[in-house]
Amino acid sequence: MVRYLIPLVLFIVLVVFLAIGLGKDPHEVPSPLINKAAPDFNLPQLREPSKTFSAADMRGKVWLLNVWASWCVTCADEHPLLVGYARSGALPIYGLNWKDRREDALSWLSQNGDPYVLSVSDLDGRVAIDYGVYGAPETYLIDQNGVIRFKQIGPVTQDVWNKQILPLAQELNRQGSK
Amino acid sequence: MRGKMWADSIRVDFSEASSRGLLRSKHLVNGVRLLLVLLALSCFVPRLIAKEAEPLSTDPEVEKRLNRLSQELRCLVCQNETLADSRADLAEDLRREIRAQIRAGKSDKEIIDFLTQRYGEFVLYRPVVGPRTYLLWFGPFVLLLAGLTILFRYVKTRRELISDAPLTQDEQRAVEELLGSKSGKETT
Repeated sequence: MVRYLIPLVLFIVLVVFLAIGLGKDPHEVPSPLINKAAPDFNLPQLREPSKTFSAADMRGKVWLLNVWASWCVTCADEHPLLVGYARSGALPIYGLNWKDRREDALSWLSQNGDPYVLSVSDLDGRVAIDYGVYGAPETYLIDQNGVIRFKQIGPVTQDVWNKQILPLAQELNRQGSK
Repeated sequence: MRGKMWADSIRVDFSEASSRGLLRSKHLVNGVRLLLVLLALSCFVPRLIAKEAEPLSTDPEVEKRLNRLSQELRCLVCQNETLADSRADLAEDLRREIRAQIRAGKSDKEIIDFLTQRYGEFVLYRPVVGPRTYLLWFGPFVLLLAGLTILFRYVKTRRELISDAPLTQDEQRAVEELLGSKSGKETT
């Protein structure tokens, strides 16, 4: 009896492994930058290119860095949520405008709304390489000490915001105020 | 989605040229002259027109190293392509970055480290051999060994099961009788 069960058990194990494999998104490559210092940058601001913005300016604050571009279709899906979250004032959202054209980016923002405190222009994608960006949108949650605490690959959804970003940000803010 | 960018850059706007009336007789000569000039110019600047043909470095050594390195690295956009083969925008950016680092005199290891720090070990087409990847590297051989062991043991027990028991005395006699009578028949 047992010898007939062995192949069945092996088959079930195989099926379980395959099922787990199928359920994973191969495009989601875990970032090695989690819990590491966010790479610093100093980039011209999208609206006022004569001014620059640096990640170091955000020391002491919990903030979101959202990688977006006007050519990015998924960014448009995510955008209304970001606009809403920005309005809620839960945490400041900054934009990294990735490999875009300034005029395209500006008109895209005026069409879709601007959730960003400000956006910086990474025209050649050099800073994005430092952040390990390989597609837009990507979103980083950065804490008071400039450490990346969370990275969302792909659009921020309501689920991700409510279950991961918001609780983590609130927790970080609580720790920071102590 | 990344394809849009280069598509934009190679798009040619014909409507503008025709609306200016290049083909009206008055302007025909000028138009032809302009075309000739453009043609002549295009011989000198072919790379400005097609963005796809990335400008190669003037140094063939740099290109050779870039090529060798990027064969080992994975493009994260089209994950089954190497950085050398990929047409994705990000791959182009990364190649440009690697080229700059080669020129800056960085070693291969430094460049690979630079990329793994940012993108993780997934960029390596050949995963590192380490405790985390032992199963990946040696798992197949372990399975092969296990399979061979099971096979040998199975064959051995089978052989023991079907091995001939020695003949009893009666059987031996019967055999000899049969053989003897057979050979006797044949000789006659």
